[in-house]
Formats: sequence, C-alpha cells, structure tokens
Amino acid sequence: MKPRHKKLAIIASGVTALGLAVALVLNAFESNMVFFFSPSQVAANEAPVGKSFRIGGLVEEGSIRRQSDGVTVKFIVTDTAKVIPVVYTGILPDLFKEGKGVVAQGKLAADGVFRADEVLAKHDENYMPPEAAGALEQARIQKTVMTK
Amino acid sequence: MIPELGNFALILALLLAVTQGTLPIIGAAHGIHSWIALARPVVQGQFVFLAIAFGCLAYSFVSNDFSVLNVARNSNSELPIQYRIAASWGSHEGSLLLWVFMLSAWSVAVSVFSRHLPDEMVARVLGVMGLVSVGFILFLLVTSNPFDRLFPAALEGSDLNPLLQDPGMVIHPPMLYMGYVGFSVAFAFAIAALISGQMDAAWARWSRPWTTVAWVFLTIGIMLGSWWAYYELGWGGWWFWDPVENASFLPWLVGTALVHSLAVTEKRGSFKSWTVLLAICAFSLSLLGTFLVRSGVLTSVHAFATDPARGVFILAFLVIVIGSSLLLFAWRAPKVGLGGKFDLVSRESMLLANNLLLMVAAGSVLLGTLYPLIMDSLDLGKISVGPPYFEAVFVPLMTPAIFLMGLGPLARWKQASLPELMLRLRWAFGVSVITALLMPFVMGEWKPLVSFGLLLAFWIIATIFVSIRQRLHNSGQGGLFTKLARQSRSYYSMHLAHLGIAIFIIGVTLVNGYETEKDVRMEIGSTVTMGGYTFRFNGASPVSGPNYQAMRGDIDVLRNGEKIRVMQPEKRTYNASGMAMTEPAIDTGLLRDLYVAMGEPLENGAWVVRVYHKPFVDWIWFGCLLMAFGGILAVTDRRYRLKIHSKHVETAAVADGKRVANNNTGLATGGRKA
Repeated sequence: MKPRHKKLAIIASGVTALGLAVALVLNAFESNMVFFFSPSQVAANEAPVGKSFRIGGLVEEGSIRRQSDGVTVKFIVTDTAKVIPVVYTGILPDLFKEGKGVVAQGKLAADGVFRADEVLAKHDENYMPPEAAGALEQARIQKTVMTK
Repeated sequence: MIPELGNFALILALLLAVTQGTLPIIGAAHGIHSWIALARPVVQGQFVFLAIAFGCLAYSFVSNDFSVLNVARNSNSELPIQYRIAASWGSHEGSLLLWVFMLSAWSVAVSVFSRHLPDEMVARVLGVMGLVSVGFILFLLVTSNPFDRLFPAALEGSDLNPLLQDPGMVIHPPMLYMGYVGFSVAFAFAIAALISGQMDAAWARWSRPWTTVAWVFLTIGIMLGSWWAYYELGWGGWWFWDPVENASFLPWLVGTALVHSLAVTEKRGSFKSWTVLLAICAFSLSLLGTFLVRSGVLTSVHAFATDPARGVFILAFLVIVIGSSLLLFAWRAPKVGLGGKFDLVSRESMLLANNLLLMVAAGSVLLGTLYPLIMDSLDLGKISVGPPYFEAVFVPLMTPAIFLMGLGPLARWKQASLPELMLRLRWAFGVSVITALLMPFVMGEWKPLVSFGLLLAFWIIATIFVSIRQRLHNSGQGGLFTKLARQSRSYYSMHLAHLGIAIFIIGVTLVNGYETEKDVRMEIGSTVTMGGYTFRFNGASPVSGPNYQAMRGDIDVLRNGEKIRVMQPEKRTYNASGMAMTEPAIDTGLLRDLYVAMGEPLENGAWVVRVYHKPFVDWIWFGCLLMAFGGILAVTDRRYRLKIHSKHVETAAVADGKRVANNNTGLATGGRKA
C-alpha cells in the first residue's frame, strides 16, 4: 500500500469505528431514557403502560400501610390535585416520610397501582426532589386556572 | 474579627493572583526578565494568603462562631471536632475555598520543582494557573463568600449533613479536589506550549509526572467516594451512575487517556496536538465537575433561578476558560505539529484506539449526565437516564479497550506485526479463555456474563505475565532477580496499574453475578440463611452517640452452627437536624463481605432487616488502589530522580562557570541558560 492509501485506510476505519460507537451510545440512550409524570398526568392517562417511568409528589399523610410480611409497603403519592397508589417491596430510604417529597420509579399496573421497584432517597432533610417540586407547582397552577 | 481577617487575606490573594496571571505571561512574551522572575515569589505569596484565609475559616468552624453564615448553616456545637474541621469544606463556599487553596499549593509545588525548566516556560505555566485562580477567587468573593456574617448571630448551628459525618467523607473531597486541581497543571503546561509554540519530548517529560500525580489523587478520591457510598448510604451498592459520581468519573476517563497519550508524546514525539487537546478537556471537565456538584444545578436546575449571579458567573467562567483555550488550540495547534509517524499496526495506533474509546466513553457519560439537565432547563420535559444506559454503553466500549490493553504493551513502537503478536499471545489467550470458562463452576453456577467478565480480567493478567517473561528473556545475563531488578519502575508501574484494572473487573463481575440480597422481617430470635451463613437477630437496644441517638441491632452470624461474629448495625437519629440515618454493619473478608442494615421497626421488637452476601466486593476498591500505586510507582521512576540529580550537577557547573565568568569579565547574566 502507498502511504497515502494507508493514511486513507486508517482514517476510514477510524471514522467507521467511531460511527459505530456513536450509534451504540445513541441507541442505548434512546432505549433507556426514563420519563417523569406527575400524578395528574398519570390520571389523565398520559403515562405509558408497561414501560418504566418515574412519578413524584408528596407522600399523603396517613397513607402508609405496611403489609403483613413487613417489607411490602403501600402508600399514596399526591400532587394535591390527583393521587396515585404505590406499592413497593423493600427497605425505604431514611428520609421517606408522610407529608414529604418522594420520587419513585416503576411501572403502572392494569389495576392502576404503581409498582415501584425503586424509591429514591433524598440526601438532605430540606431538599425536595426537583421532579416532585415541579409536579406540585404544576398542580397548583392548574388549580388556580380552574378556579378562575 | 477572624472572619474579616480571612476575607481580607482572600482579597490580597486575589490581587496577587491577578499579578501572577498577567505580568509573567507578558514578561515571557516580551523577554522582560524582571517580570518573568516575579512568577515564583507571587505564587508563594498567594499561597500564604490563601492558607491564612483557609485557616480563618477552619478556626471559625472549630470555635463555633455562629455569627458566620457558613458556619451556622453547616456546623453545630455538638459536632465532634474532626467533623467541625471537615465541615469547613462541607459547604459550597468552603469547598471552593479549598479548591483554590489546593490550586495555590499545586502552583507552589510547580514553582519549587521546576528549577530545571526554562524560566519563560515556568512563567507561562504559573501565569495560566494564576488566571484560573483569579476566576475562582472572584467567584468566591462576588457570589459565595465563606466569611459572610449572619446578623444577628445564630445561637446554634443547623448541623453538618449526617451523611458527611464520617471519616471517609473527611478525606474524600480533598483527595478528589487534589485530582481536579492537579489537572490544572497539565492544562497550564498545555496552554504554555500553545503560547510558545514549542512542544517536544522534554515538554512531555515535564508534564507527565504532574498529570500522573493528579490522576492518582483522582483515582483515590473516586475510590473513597465509592467505598463511602457502599458503607454509608446503607444501600450496599458501590456505584450508582449518579450525576455527582459521573462528574468525577468524566475527568478520570479523559485523564486516563491523557496519561497514555503523554507516554506516546514522551517516547515517540507523536500525538502532540492530541495530548494538548486532552489536557484541555481533562481540566475543562474537572471545572465542569466542580461546578455541577457544587452549584446545586443537580439538585435542581432552578437553583440557578434562585441565585442567578452564581449561575451566570459559572457559565461565563466555563465559557471563557474552555472557549479561549480551544480557540488558542485552533490557532496554535498547527504550530505544535502532529509529531512522529507510525504504522497502522503499532503500539501508537493501539494507544490511539484506546484513547478514542476512552473519549467516546467519556462522551457517553457526559451525554447521560447533561442531557436531562438541558432538557429540564429548556422545559422540554423531565427525564432521567439510569444505570441501564451506562451499563449498556460501557461494556461494549471497554471490551475492545481491554483487549488492546493486553496487546499494546507487547507491540513494538512505530511498526508491529499482527501475526507475530498473535503467535506470542496464543498461550495467554488460550489460558484466559479456559480459565474464564471453568472459573464460574468453582463459584457454583455458570453464567455467560460472569464468564465474559472473567475472560477480560484473565486476559489482562495473562498478557502481563507474557510481557514480563519476554522482557526478562531479552534482558541479558544474570539470575531471575538480577533481571527483575534491571527493569525500570515505569515498566512495573504500567503492569501494576493494568493489574489493578483486572482485579477491579474480577470484583465487579463476581459481585454482580453472585451477590444475594434479602429484605426480611426479623422477629427476636428468628434467623435468615444466605451464602452458607446464618444470621440470628437478637433484638435492638437504644444507645447514644456524641450527637445522635440510635437503635443498635444485635445479630449473630453463624457458620456450620458455630457463632463466628456479632454484627451491630444502627439506626441513628441526629439531635440537631432530627435526620434519620442507617449505619450498616459490615464484616469484610478477602472473598466476601457480609452486610447488614436496619430498615424500619415493626411491632414486638421485630425489625425489617436488609442482609447482603457480597462475594469479592472489596476487590473493586483494591483494584483502584493498585491503579493508584501504579501511578505512584511511575512518578518515582529513575529518570525523574536522575534528572533532579543531574540538575544539581548542572547548576553546580553553571555556578562554577558564573564564577569564572565573573572573574574574567564581570558579566554573567543569563548564565543559567547557557
């Protein structure tokens, strides 16, 4: 091979490999994006069925029910406009409390119960998960619009 | 009074930083010797004032001065003294002060250990570091002053986040920052090379140890963070692909590429422009990482809206630093040149491929970290990208990189022969395939992913073995130990770091493949069995710590009916903040960890308890330590020590020459450059 051809071959193989890698990354990215929906959006059937997504809001006061096995917990997430029942099996994060913000990831079952496989921890008492704060804000705006 | 003193010291440091960032660079451009000579003393002066400022902040924390806003927010009089000191860098403001303090410490180190470099070069390097320092001190003074007073003073502080009250968290941030800031040296060297247009093997030899040291700190910092997450968050995981973690991993990936590319530039003179670009990228990502974690963008992009000054300053600073250095690169890189040529199959080409893979990996992490933030800030919806994405991307990207890792050290520079390499490595390949196929049976169950992970690890180990054997074979006469002693430290350092990767992969593979986890309800006296161990719960009792109350569980671990250990996990509630925290109990072993964490209390003294059996998990951090040791070994290589030694000889000779010159003509200026 002439040096010029060799150089071309290097560049061509490099570009192909890079293209493959980028395609891989973008494909993985697209199939693993997790969207967020507020309880109001879930109530309006905007959330996907059978696909994992996140919900967020406040844990409704007095809604936490522990099942007899001790590790399955049911609670209700609210954005003050709509509510969504959630069931989760496992140990909850330290800062999971009634009346506090929460974000959960999982799938919506046919019975309308959200089966969470992950309840996200906050690292700080005063910190509200941004998604949860956003959901509350959205619901507040909609309420004021409706009352007007 | 003390906080005002600190504030004043910070202002003086800013003035010195401005001097450091301007005069030496201008001096180097116009050949004004007195301005060039300013660089070193100004750097040392700035260090003194920043040390005073940092000392004042630490004093305010130790003495519980709650009239300082920063102290009132992040400390408490009940807090043990070591955590009060650590609290000085626990907050946004304090951590940025630590950042610039470390920057000045690195600058002083450069000014001290660079006596053998040309003065113009040192002036430019220190000048660039001075400019970075100006940006940071300005940011501190304008938007995040750690010495701001609170009026009226608070009676009591609101406490340091209990998660941070841990020895691991005391040293994790300084280590990480040493790494971040250390890349500023590589960056400054790169910018200095662009300004002067001079870049040769000597340049690479100078900046290489600095980069390696920064990389070592960053490696240890990330390792400590991962270890802390494992034992402190109570979730038993060691990496979550959380944006905070990604922020530190990004500069590590690029830094790793930089360390390798510098090796090529030093040995072969190739990859010059690429090395400079990597140095710019590594530091830019360090800056991005610092700000991502510290500005509060990650907790909420709208944190910017509540304090727009900070956000605007950060964005402007990033744009100026990254933009101007890339512009300079575009303008001057052709002058630096590409360097030596090499063949399609050669050690250079393999290192280049490795570099590209690392960069694509870094790009994918950057995408997964920033994309959700950008979407959110543009109000295009809230999304998150979790571990499945990163895992789906990382394994296929790192597999060829690891394959090349075995090939590269055996390939010749400039031109290598693929058939010859295959011939030399056929045994290594065979052995690693067979071991990888059989090993999972030893663990009890054959799993394809485990086998694959082990193949990568054994491939690295087997090729290291082949490389050392062939090297010894070709290194002349003498017994085994004489031959072993003849090899350079940098040669061993490479293999040690690569071995670290292998150990790390073994740990990750086996813990992912064979860990068992159970969340169970445990009555007093009830047992749960896992991995051959039986855990018996004896109930929980209250205990009190210095600044918290806790329920401490008592769990016996039995093996073959015999009690081998008592584990005491805690559920703590901190007095000042009322925050609850899980403190797991961990029994560490070479081949497995036992991990027990308390969940919630149930009726009749029963608790929800999380029990883990984690085989080989400690190998993950041990692997990281080996990588770091590899780096340390590399910077203690003979050629760096030799240079210091020969440098003494050289200066002595120059001094002698000076004396002679003085005697003869009385004119001896510029003697050092001769």
